[in-house]
Amino acid sequence: MSAGVAEKTQKTIGGIRRKFAPWKDPSAVPLIRFQNVTKRFGDFIAIENLSLDIYEREFFALLGPSGCGKTTLMRMLAGFEEPNEGRITLAGEDLVGTPPYRRPVNMMFQSYALFPHMSVWDNIAFGLRQDGMEKGAVAARVEEMLKLVKLGQFAKRKPHQLSGGQRQRVALARSLAKRPKVLLLDEPLGALDKKLREETQFELMDIQMELGMTFLIVTHDQEEAMTVADRIAVMNHGKLVQVDQPAVIYEHPNSRYVADFVGDVNILDATVVSVEPGLVTVRPVAAPDMLFRIAQDCPAKVGDSVAIALRPEKLRVELDPPADASVNCLSGEIWDIGYLGDLSIYHVELPGGSRVKAAKPNLTRMVERPISWDDKVYVSFSPDAGVVLTS
Amino acid sequence: MRKGLSWFNVTSIALGFAFLYIPIILLVVYSFNASRLVTVWAGFSTHWYWQLFQNEQLLDAAWVTLRVAFITASVATVLGTMAAITLTRYGRFNGRMLFSGMIYAPLVMPEVITGLSLLLLFVAVNIDRGFWTITLAHITFTMCFVCVVVQSRLVTFDRSLEEAALDLGCPPLKTFLVVTLPIILPAVVSGWMLAFTLSLDDLVIASFTTGPGATTLPMRIYSQVRLGVTPEINAACTLLIAIVTVVVIIASIMTKRQEMERQKAERLAAAG
Repeated sequence: MSAGVAEKTQKTIGGIRRKFAPWKDPSAVPLIRFQNVTKRFGDFIAIENLSLDIYEREFFALLGPSGCGKTTLMRMLAGFEEPNEGRITLAGEDLVGTPPYRRPVNMMFQSYALFPHMSVWDNIAFGLRQDGMEKGAVAARVEEMLKLVKLGQFAKRKPHQLSGGQRQRVALARSLAKRPKVLLLDEPLGALDKKLREETQFELMDIQMELGMTFLIVTHDQEEAMTVADRIAVMNHGKLVQVDQPAVIYEHPNSRYVADFVGDVNILDATVVSVEPGLVTVRPVAAPDMLFRIAQDCPAKVGDSVAIALRPEKLRVELDPPADASVNCLSGEIWDIGYLGDLSIYHVELPGGSRVKAAKPNLTRMVERPISWDDKVYVSFSPDAGVVLTS
Repeated sequence: MRKGLSWFNVTSIALGFAFLYIPIILLVVYSFNASRLVTVWAGFSTHWYWQLFQNEQLLDAAWVTLRVAFITASVATVLGTMAAITLTRYGRFNGRMLFSGMIYAPLVMPEVITGLSLLLLFVAVNIDRGFWTITLAHITFTMCFVCVVVQSRLVTFDRSLEEAALDLGCPPLKTFLVVTLPIILPAVVSGWMLAFTLSLDDLVIASFTTGPGATTLPMRIYSQVRLGVTPEINAACTLLIAIVTVVVIIASIMTKRQEMERQKAERLAAAG
């Protein structure tokens, strides 16, 4: 592929991605609707009164720790579990009671679930044959799918003769072959190593764009969700905690839980000192003689206890005090340094004994870093770096 | 830790094998004896095999045995597989303990008791005893063996394979036939062979449940031996040993190969 073509494709992807936001359009009709869905397994409540709309052509991610109900939610859409209460509709049709083999959704399984006694070709053709598609059309579609996942020369192999990455592609091709209205991906890249996983994430996005399909992915890997998804739903204990675009989830988490689960974060307890439109002033518990000014509208009242979320990469670590050391600045000693190659993570111990993490990109090849263990440092940040969390 | 075999090991292995196999080897060797006297070797001959194939009674018995074994194995395989699926798939249904206990009881039940209780049943319901009562009895006691073999395979079966088939639009019964059954087939076939051999060499239960006109080979051999061992019986037994050996070897090779395939696939997946 020449550089020009690559540039052009990227521009079109950018163009589509930038304009795509049906969830902001009140007239848009959702493709998938979960309405007050509850699912119980005995005494355990897996999903509690959950409502969620997913739109056509959206790449939607369900993110949460294991046991948060994300897989149950997906399996209810596939038809392997039925909700105890509530409705699940797809393109206006109620799905509850429809068996999995009559639903226009397909799933890519975490274990890939390739049929071991069938060749790659037969695996991909399996779903098409169930529909009674005629032979020529099946062959054409299978060839097209093999080309899409770049496995043309492996058509005759059995699954156990393929590498993990190749099996993952067969599973993807098989679930895409029937052109389902929705593709469900259950931790699809969990078994791949990091590099292959990152590559595949971008391929998934390209394929989704190319076929114009709706993808619903379940993952516990927040980086994966952020990379691929248009919107992310962060789940905990069977409930949605926040549903929004990746950047909003990361920069404006609505709770301690989301801030902590998505990305690395310092959470400092603080007391509200004053509230003005667009500006909150708080006093951190860990450094009572300091004030933090944070540019944000906030429902909290003076005297409320809140939490301040500070992302490590938004903190500056310096040996000299900043120009104004009276606000948005903490002083402490370097407790430990984590060298990651691209970044160095400085753990700074505050006088009270609590620690904050600050990340600093290693801009030069200098191995002898200017900041070292036990140095006295100043950690500062700008007013739009922090987030006040009231819950 | 690997050491060469010590003298003690060699001796104990030799004695062990001798104890197990010398009687069988003797039987096979004497089936080729030219002499009518069982204990005197008078040169190699296949005479008794010819004799055997002219013995109508023995041939009839062999034919009955084969038919019983075939029907038994087939029916027991279907029932045993169904029981195995129920036990592995339907979680903790009411009466699961009772059901599994009832399936496994014949495994440990003394044959005499199984035979006697079946005889009492057949007498009570007043069925004419013969070919079909033997077959029914054999199905009863071989089914649990099939169930054990198939169940051990189903425990390691990845259920997401079935879910994938359903998800791709394949109805449940067809899913069982085109996905589940082909994958567990080696275990099902081993189960069939096990049932076949068990039925083939059963004497006790067959004696209890038989009637006039239905004599199995083991019963015929036993009754002839009471009148004195003839080289003809040796020949019949040699053939029986050959059949059982072949079937057992095939069954164990199939299970072994299936296990090796699985391990190979798992290794490849790990190397991925």
